[in-house]
Amino acid sequence: MSRLAEKLAQQQFVMTAEIAPPKGVDVTSALARAELLQTMDAINVTDNQGACMRMSPVALARLLIEQGYEPILQLTCRDRNRMALQSELLGAAALGIENLLLLTGDHPQFGDHKAARPVFDLDSVQLLKAVAQLQQGVDMAGKALNHPPRFFSGAAVAPAAEPQVLVLKKLAKKVACGAQFFQTQAVFKRSQLESFMASAGLFRTPVIMGVLLLKNLRMAEFLNRNIPGVQVPEDLLQRLEGAADPLAEGVKIAREMVVLAREFCQGVHLMTFGHEDLLPQILADPSV
Amino acid sequence: MIISTPKGREELEALLAGYRTLFLVGCGACATVCKVGGEDEVFATQEWLEAGGREVVGSMVLKEACHVMRAARELRRYRSQVDEAEVLLVLSCGGGVQSISSCTDTRVLAGVDSLFLGNIRRFGEFEEKCSLCGECILNETAGICPVTNCPKGVLNGPCGGMEDGHCEVDAERDCIWAKIYRRLEKQQRLAAFDRVVEAKDWSKKFKPGRHQLARNPGSGVEK
Ligand code: SF4
Ligand code: SF4
Repeated sequence: MSRLAEKLAQQQFVMTAEIAPPKGVDVTSALARAELLQTMDAINVTDNQGACMRMSPVALARLLIEQGYEPILQLTCRDRNRMALQSELLGAAALGIENLLLLTGDHPQFGDHKAARPVFDLDSVQLLKAVAQLQQGVDMAGKALNHPPRFFSGAAVAPAAEPQVLVLKKLAKKVACGAQFFQTQAVFKRSQLESFMASAGLFRTPVIMGVLLLKNLRMAEFLNRNIPGVQVPEDLLQRLEGAADPLAEGVKIAREMVVLAREFCQGVHLMTFGHEDLLPQILADPSV
Repeated sequence: MIISTPKGREELEALLAGYRTLFLVGCGACATVCKVGGEDEVFATQEWLEAGGREVVGSMVLKEACHVMRAARELRRYRSQVDEAEVLLVLSCGGGVQSISSCTDTRVLAGVDSLFLGNIRRFGEFEEKCSLCGECILNETAGICPVTNCPKGVLNGPCGGMEDGHCEVDAERDCIWAKIYRRLEKQQRLAAFDRVVEAKDWSKKFKPGRHQLARNPGSGVEK
């Protein structure tokens, strides 16, 4: 059982963050980033994030294990058909990777290889199901494996996306197909999280809430315009605009979101984009 | 209908470099509706070629360029002109181009880019609704095809890119799963949304496709 799985099973609050594999073969800076994330329970390793080609996340995840970190391997359906996904999963298991975050993936149109053929042979629900089946010792073609892999399967959800009923229905399918935990898109609004968790909480599947460090007003507006499922509400935009030190205000907002996560969720996923040094401030208890 | 769009004049110019005599072929079916290879376009192309100093030794608009035998037969009637041409320029979908290229050893050039199987919204406005996947799931999706209408072909409800019911890939459009949901709701068939849809069997879309009618095709039942 992975440490992440164990902690969640013991109902301890978990913390995760993410790093991207390098574009190129030098992993020095990726590993340096990981060092700044030492206090995290697990580190997500993104898979050609934003449809931009980078080193295989399986390779970096293995390197993290060798350095003593616990990775969460992200795997998308964009670049691999069902055969490639399954063989990647078997390879990951053989390399000691247990935690997975199984995603549909961004469309190549957003990335740096716009001419690439989008695969999407499976969707995230079907991929979760395939992982569950591999763990039963059978592949998607019904053929037996000589030894089944063991995984802790995660899935993604965007609590702020509308219509929420569709988001919740998809979440239900993911649970039914083997999702053991969720990591969410960034949350910025208490009422939204509250209504989401009122339904999502019923599945008794741990939810690790996304907290994103807003660096300034421009970044918040960019997110609102360009990132689906992320909504920075008006009052936060005003706070960032009025602040003498927007980054400090962003840290304050993030700290408030961590408090929300502690109230409603089972963990927090921190997105700090190069400001890992601010993590202790973001995680500090705001009441002291 | 097959939707296609003309190759740019610059691209054609480069393709035709070194050729002086041409035979032009259009198509009276889809290519005419798409305004890429009907009488008008064949004529306009001829004028453009001649203005550029080339000789169009003959032209024809096939009834349906995709009909292999008929295209071959119609082309034979223009044999002497075709023989004079150094190259044939075909203004039809890629299928039509290949009907022609299969019945002559002379070089055949494609003058248009084929896009998709399309429905016509109104004159000049085409939309892809079906990508011919080989195993139709419309009966389970309220008559709206997610294989085609979702840029990712997601089969189990909206991806994480849906926002306010719109699609992340094209914010002008509805997320097709929001649309399917609304229609299923109206039909009181939401259970169809809740079920887990299995991975598609892509062997049904084997390339190149081949199909032969059953012995008594009029009976309406295949297989
Ligand atoms: S499911 Fe979609 S792509 Fe497949 S045959 Fe039906 S309409 Fe066409
Ligand atoms: S937003 Fe909807 S239509 Fe667009 S890619 Fe995602 S699931 Fe498909």
